[in-house]
Amino acid sequence: MHIPQLPQTKHGLYDPRHEHDGCGVGVVANIRGLESHDIVKNGLEVLKNLNHRGACGCDPLTGDGAGILVQIPDSFMRSKASALGVSLPDKGAYGIGMIFLPQAEALRNQCLTLIQRIVTENGQTILGWREVPVDNSMIGYLAKDVEPVIKQVFIGKGQGYNDNVPFELTLYLIRKHIETEAQALGLTERDFYVPSLSSNKLVYKGLLMATQLGDYYSDLSDETFTSSFALVHSRFSTNTLGSWPLAHPYRYIAHNGEINTVIGNINWMHARESMFQSSVFGDNINKLFPVIPPNQSDTACLDNAVELLLSTGRSLPHVMLMLIPEAWTDDTPMAQNKKDFYEYHATLMEPWDGPALVAFTDGTRIGAILDRNGLRPFRYLVTKDDMLVMASETGVLEVPAENVLYKERLHPGRMFFVDPQQGRIVGDEEIKNELANQQPYGEWLKLNKITLADLPEPEGTQNIDSVTLTERQKTFGYTVEDLHHILDPMVVNGQEPDGSMGNDAPPAVLSDKPQHLFSYFKQRFAQVSNPPLDAIREELVTSLEIFIGSEQNLFEETDIHCQQLKLTQPIITNLELEKIRNLTSGPIQSSTLSTLFISESGSLEKAIDQLCAAATLAIEAGSAILILSDRGVNKDQAPIPSLLATAAVHHHLIRAGLRTKIGIVVESGEPRDVSQMAVLIGYGAGAINPYLAFETIQDMAERKLLSYQLDYKTAEKNFIKAIDKGLLKIISKMGISTIQSYRGAQIFEAIGLNSEVIEKYFTWTPSQIEGLNLDQIEEETLRRHHSAYIERNASWNDNLDVGGVYQWRRDGEYHMYNPDAITKLQQAARTNDPELYKQFASLIDKQDRKLSTFRGLLDFKEPSTPVPLNEVEPASEIVKRFATGAISLGAISREAHETLAIAMNRIGAKSNTGEGGEDFNRYILDDNGDNRNSAIKQVASGRFGVTTNYLVHATDLQIKMAQGSKPGEGGRLPGHKVDDYIGWIRHTTPGVELISPPPHHDIYSIEDLAQLIHDLKNVNPEARIHVKLVSEIGVGTIAAGVSKGHGDVVLISADSGGTGASPESSIKQAGLPWELGLAETQQVLVMNNLRGRIVVQTDGQLKTGRDVAVACLLGAEEFGFATAALVTLGCIMLRKCHLNACSVGIATQDPELRKRFAGKPEHVINYFMFIAEHLREIMANMGFRTINEMVGRVDKLEPRVAIDHWKAKGLDFSNLLMRPEVPDDVATYCTQAQDHGLELALDNTLIKMSQPVLDNGGNVSIDLPISNSNRTVGAMLSGQIAKLYGENGLPDHSIDIKFKGSAGQSFGAFVTQGINITLEGDANDYVGKGMSGGVMAIYPPKESTFTPELNIIIGNVALYGATGGKAYFRGLAGERFCVRNSGALTVVEGVGDHACEYMTGGIVVVLGDTGRNFAAGMSGGMAFIYDEAGTFSERCNAEMVDLEGITTEEDANLLKQLVSEHATLTGSSTAQSIIDSWEQTRIKFVKVMPRDYRRVLEERKLVANTKVGSDG
Amino acid sequence: MGKTTGFLEFNRNTPNRKLVMERIKDWNEIYEVWPEDKVKEQGSRCMNCGVPFCHTGCPLGNRIPDWNHLVYTGHWQNALKSLHATNNFPEFTGRICPAPCEPACVLSINSDPVTIEHIEKSIADRGFSEGWIKPEPPETRTGKRVAVIGSGPAGLACAQQLNRAGHLVTVFERDNYIGGLLTLGIPDFKLEKSVVQRRVNQLSEEGVVFRTNANVGVNISTTDLMKEYDAICLTGGATQPRDLNVPGRELNGIHFAVRYLSQQNKLLAGESVATTDRIDASGKHVIILGGGDTGADCLGTAHRQGAASVLQIELLPEPPSGRGETNPWPEWPMILRSSAAHEEGGTRDYSIATKSFSGPNGSVNKLHAVRLDWIPSESDRKVMTEVADSEFELDADLVLLAMGFLGAERQGLLEDLGVEITDRGNVKIDESMMTSLPGVFSAGDMSRGQSLVVWAIAEGREAAHHVDEYLMGTTALPQVLA
Repeated sequence: MHIPQLPQTKHGLYDPRHEHDGCGVGVVANIRGLESHDIVKNGLEVLKNLNHRGACGCDPLTGDGAGILVQIPDSFMRSKASALGVSLPDKGAYGIGMIFLPQAEALRNQCLTLIQRIVTENGQTILGWREVPVDNSMIGYLAKDVEPVIKQVFIGKGQGYNDNVPFELTLYLIRKHIETEAQALGLTERDFYVPSLSSNKLVYKGLLMATQLGDYYSDLSDETFTSSFALVHSRFSTNTLGSWPLAHPYRYIAHNGEINTVIGNINWMHARESMFQSSVFGDNINKLFPVIPPNQSDTACLDNAVELLLSTGRSLPHVMLMLIPEAWTDDTPMAQNKKDFYEYHATLMEPWDGPALVAFTDGTRIGAILDRNGLRPFRYLVTKDDMLVMASETGVLEVPAENVLYKERLHPGRMFFVDPQQGRIVGDEEIKNELANQQPYGEWLKLNKITLADLPEPEGTQNIDSVTLTERQKTFGYTVEDLHHILDPMVVNGQEPDGSMGNDAPPAVLSDKPQHLFSYFKQRFAQVSNPPLDAIREELVTSLEIFIGSEQNLFEETDIHCQQLKLTQPIITNLELEKIRNLTSGPIQSSTLSTLFISESGSLEKAIDQLCAAATLAIEAGSAILILSDRGVNKDQAPIPSLLATAAVHHHLIRAGLRTKIGIVVESGEPRDVSQMAVLIGYGAGAINPYLAFETIQDMAERKLLSYQLDYKTAEKNFIKAIDKGLLKIISKMGISTIQSYRGAQIFEAIGLNSEVIEKYFTWTPSQIEGLNLDQIEEETLRRHHSAYIERNASWNDNLDVGGVYQWRRDGEYHMYNPDAITKLQQAARTNDPELYKQFASLIDKQDRKLSTFRGLLDFKEPSTPVPLNEVEPASEIVKRFATGAISLGAISREAHETLAIAMNRIGAKSNTGEGGEDFNRYILDDNGDNRNSAIKQVASGRFGVTTNYLVHATDLQIKMAQGSKPGEGGRLPGHKVDDYIGWIRHTTPGVELISPPPHHDIYSIEDLAQLIHDLKNVNPEARIHVKLVSEIGVGTIAAGVSKGHGDVVLISADSGGTGASPESSIKQAGLPWELGLAETQQVLVMNNLRGRIVVQTDGQLKTGRDVAVACLLGAEEFGFATAALVTLGCIMLRKCHLNACSVGIATQDPELRKRFAGKPEHVINYFMFIAEHLREIMANMGFRTINEMVGRVDKLEPRVAIDHWKAKGLDFSNLLMRPEVPDDVATYCTQAQDHGLELALDNTLIKMSQPVLDNGGNVSIDLPISNSNRTVGAMLSGQIAKLYGENGLPDHSIDIKFKGSAGQSFGAFVTQGINITLEGDANDYVGKGMSGGVMAIYPPKESTFTPELNIIIGNVALYGATGGKAYFRGLAGERFCVRNSGALTVVEGVGDHACEYMTGGIVVVLGDTGRNFAAGMSGGMAFIYDEAGTFSERCNAEMVDLEGITTEEDANLLKQLVSEHATLTGSSTAQSIIDSWEQTRIKFVKVMPRDYRRVLEERKLVANTKVGSDG
Repeated sequence: MGKTTGFLEFNRNTPNRKLVMERIKDWNEIYEVWPEDKVKEQGSRCMNCGVPFCHTGCPLGNRIPDWNHLVYTGHWQNALKSLHATNNFPEFTGRICPAPCEPACVLSINSDPVTIEHIEKSIADRGFSEGWIKPEPPETRTGKRVAVIGSGPAGLACAQQLNRAGHLVTVFERDNYIGGLLTLGIPDFKLEKSVVQRRVNQLSEEGVVFRTNANVGVNISTTDLMKEYDAICLTGGATQPRDLNVPGRELNGIHFAVRYLSQQNKLLAGESVATTDRIDASGKHVIILGGGDTGADCLGTAHRQGAASVLQIELLPEPPSGRGETNPWPEWPMILRSSAAHEEGGTRDYSIATKSFSGPNGSVNKLHAVRLDWIPSESDRKVMTEVADSEFELDADLVLLAMGFLGAERQGLLEDLGVEITDRGNVKIDESMMTSLPGVFSAGDMSRGQSLVVWAIAEGREAAHHVDEYLMGTTALPQVLA
């Protein structure tokens, strides 16, 4: 089979820009710099052992990419060259270029000529060429198809060489020059690419599997091919057709992670270029531009930046710290000189933000750095004979235990490198201290940096103008809802408001009401390929600080560089703005530009052009800060939309090379909510003064209209606090930590704007279906403006528009769930009257008067010959493809939840637990045969009640990566909905709000997702594993990754889905309708030939058979419904789910209200049958007999003709309706099952050996070796036990297993009662994930000589979501130990950052140090820390916990028992010595007690006492 | 917004009515003062629904959740502003509207609805007592002149809207009282006339000119009117009462309800009525034909006049006490409704057809009737048949016909203008409420047919929107019925 090339440019909805990768990285190095072939050999061995972290697509022999970076093996190369008749100069005096050339000879010769010419032009000489010998016999056909011709070029110094320019920089210049000219010739990277051109480094890489690299390049096996280090990388990309150039390592780095801010980083870099001046490069500097060429991967861009910064003369560690600084803010405990270093550099450039583990080398030194979040594992060991082995996993290279000097991991924000000259590893402290002291950064800042507090008080500020307030509010589109629904909660609670039940209003481009330009920009968010951050619980890594002012030449480092204004956060008050406005003399000057335009049609574009021109003039006149102000609107002057003004100026200045000379401050009446502020910053604003929001708040405060009376000062403070919090949430959902790097990063996609507008003002922003032009944007502004200045002014004009955006209002925004529709649906479902269903469906489907969805703009193409209805597959079969949404018990009442389950089980469809776990009593059938067990069990980031027993009672397991109403954020259940029953099921403390973490802490990358899929498949091999994604641009490539990661089902959920509680701005402004995400998914899966092995499901506001038909044609074969199902049960869209006050007993836990629940399974069933029948009618009309025939047939859809809507007429659906052209044998729906490779699992052996015990009880002892390729050990066996023996498993010690070696990831996952495991060796990440019972002990090999309590024994995220069992670890654990533990008891000898985060139960004993942020969000269970130094409190997050001593004997006994068991089971000498001197040691323990947990315990005690009393 | 758990904490409550014994002694409104804290408490029951069905239940689209909340939080003036945004005369609807919003209230699915109407009344009355309701004359005048014919709720609403848009509005009223049925049809115990007058005063002070005894088409020429005014809006009501053509109809003592009610209202206004014309229930056996609101108004009036007995009879069967399966929420419930007047005495009887009247000396003293059976038929409608041998007679000194209205009066105004009339007897209008004559609009019962005051106001507002647009090309007056 042969499938065509993936397009290199945008095709349909597929855009190669959205490809992602995740990877395994490894380094082997000799610390003394001794070169040997063994290093290379070991490097390749490490690579092979990381193979499972890579992936392959539809061609099992084509990998996603692998590579190795080594030092130039001088003697090897010298002999090869001399064989070719080339005599190489001294080591270091020649360079070698590794070149990928086109297969086509003519083109290839063109490239060779080009290289020849440019080397010569730059005054150097080509010494010769060498064919790199390759053996492509083992590589896959896809790789072979695009295999380049690989040559090495030897370059020597020529007449043009001069000592002022280091040879390495000359080679850099030559390569950049070649690249630019090649690009000019129309050569793409796929045709022609230079993996490396250096005098000391060499890169061998390709579209290969990790295991193939060594065989492909025979050079690498040559005994004389030596290096003192090897940097290796194995890639897992989201699509099938990776490319040769995209393999890592790049020229300086290999990277595991994503640079989320890359668009901004590239823009900023481009903007800076015009300021570059270098004495080294002189005029040649232009040859370096663009420093970052277009259309590269994020890593390639980062590599370019590293290279450039190195060329400025900075050292490699210096460069890495500039790009990836650790978390530092004023309140971080950190030495002042280090803070000064970071602060100074923050004025030079923004961080490259996103999860990043980067291994880097300059050819002599090799090191690694981990970003501030530490989301990528990196373990290393040093041997007694000076070898460093580091990799994403431990156990990748066999090293005898007795030879290990120590074992460590790279900590968040830390770096180290090997300095062969000194023959040692230089650590983080030393590197940073040296850098921090190389310049008087602190002095420089003191002299030059300005803060708002430094500026004089202005004479008077803008005051509230109550006469024109309403007029201005109307001009800026304020509604009653904005006041009471948005601003009031922000001001009163200091956070943005929550809403519920999703979004059923039309997208901005279809709305009849004039929309803010903001509304066309949807927040993007991280899912799968990189994790969202947790801005709530892990706030310490985030920063809102921002610098504004003029930047300087990056090639220098002077005191003037930090002459900027520093803001602690970007929302500034009127007073603060005046301070900035008054900066009219001195080093930083500001000027104010008006962003008003004459309120007549046709004036906007000219006004924007004038504004841009004025910006240029202001910069030329010396301004460092531009204030874009729309103050002064009146009858004749309307405001340019603030976003348009900001983005226009921003991009104009980028193009003009002036952008970094100024900071932009937006003074506007328009922005008022969190999302709007975020868009402004995303398009370049450094600070925002939302003056009308302030005025409105002041007016409300003074007129006592706030729901809680506050003085204005407090109100203003709360408002800013709410915005700040919201901004952190928005940036963190993309995995970005600092607002500084978010600024200008454009983490948005536009929906409903045409390319002309995008290209001119929002360059590089994705916009897939076209839409408004500038005139229509103007029209929206003018409509608002006219409504404010009605000629015949009258009292009715005093009232603001009702809005009706968040709630239905008769004269407000249109909602599909309006009174008519709700009533019709309920009556149809209750009476089973098809006529009423038809009326309902027609209200939803016939969008003639009110456009409300994109699907409403599509029509079916009906053939001349329909098929008879009775030949279409029956409704009873169709409904099996239906599922209800993931609504948790907790979000809705037990009655509602069980009714849905019963209904779905009766018709063979599937209900979904949601993320709240499930009562195991529901696994038993009711007397009447009804089944309350939900077929789909969700596994979300909170892992509430995810026990082994829960997992085995599912037909489908759904991993929720994101949720439509708030993608990138964690779930939330308000405390008042957590009653005793809910708390019991979720293993949490009743009454305590449950926030689930934004990321799954076991999924930080695509390979991690593959791992969780593997884990779940192991525990329940019969279940289909779903991955729930939310529609956004690029979701198709993620879905491809899911398919490659062996997901059985991918769910593309729309932005519009309902929810119990989400921030309003997330409900409205994040994610896309499913039409787009689904179409993209289908296109990308089909283009990659991955569609056949995965089922595609979609959901989000599906209501009728027509909706389902459109979804099917766009590519879905299964369908989910949530809101509609609830409506049939009586939901009337009260939208109060988050308040526990649902008056119809659905979304509430209030016992009184639950009594009012009146829904019946029949209602749900009736509705689903109506949908199926409706769908059948459509199928018959279209000539389809089965769903399978219909899936993905976009050719049967067409845009509705003659859409006469002033905004919608600009839409273009051609990309959406693109059908990939593939051969007939490429599946377009799911035709085969995934190969999960379960037969390779070690558990097969364990189960075989345990079979007698499983069958008949008794016990068994097992003794086996283990290696890092044995993943998820114990899960399949545990699944078997749970299936046979349920919640309680087997008696203790039924199955005793002893392993020796380095265990792979997820060791002991979901282990259940009756299994006792010991591991002599060490383990990787996710040890004891989801542990439900049993006992586990891990200790170092007996032969090892290092001190166990000082060495790492297990990786990150151990015991995540554990619900029971005991675990003992003799040694240190990585980051995020026991996150969301809700029942396990454990002892460990030290932990990294964020331990016990979100913990709700169980006991954690730490016999040594902890990292920072211990116990963040911990609301249950207890922790005991052996705090010898007495410093633990500094590292504990005391927001929800109290620290106390061991005061009760109960605690003391419990603790002593656990520590004794630890000593017994692991042989821990630390534990033994604590026990030995218990009376002295027990007082050194600190008990961490969650305040909520204490409250509940006390309440229970009280209840128990009263009961005893009354009984007596 | 609202109080999240208000509806769980408080039961529905309405203001107390005065004791029947007391209240039938006078003609004043029957409700006692509702203490502010009670109003707030009731306001707090509003759930501020995501989909406020009350809002759709109200023809005006009153922003009910908004002002419930404002009342609950004590922002009375803002509540008034919010209420006035959709309703020119909340003090009328707050008193006499059957409040379709209430059965549509989400709380009425499984509990008792919010007391929307009484809250509305409290807001409006508070507005007057605090002096917040002041004339709001337009800042500028357009110079356009509009004639509004008929001063009932539709005409008043239309006039106020157009006047505020800057037009010069003259209201023509053929009676000597402004207010139409508000003044002459509705008894004082439901709507005291000072309540109407204070609103009429506001309109006058805003610049609306009222001309009473101005019967267009009779004593004022329509031709002149067409010349003098740039637009005309016909809001003359559906004043033709349904009659009962049975033997004895011509006897004395049988009257149309409106005549009876308006006479009482005029008396209360201080007018004198010739004894020969006087319709007085005092000491009489009164029978009211028609089970609707007008019938109930007659009932209350008759009691206050000192009737010996009052019986209200209805052709249709007695409605059920609760919703039937085919009449689910949020539809208007077809159930037995009792107004305050029914507490005051009298009896009701159903499924009765009047066959004839009889009496000595040309005056009625007996009503002859027969019982009916309502048989379900295929067409979903029940068909009536007379029950055999069920004829009976009743004492009847005074018979009041309250059987509804049959559309607009043709003679005079309409015939003179020559506007088209629909089959149902209403003035025919297009989607912009214009009649067959350019520049002549119509609203309220005159074009809609007999309906509620709340509909009249809604139509008046809607007509104003279209008139303004017609006159100026654009309009900022809100649309109600869009």
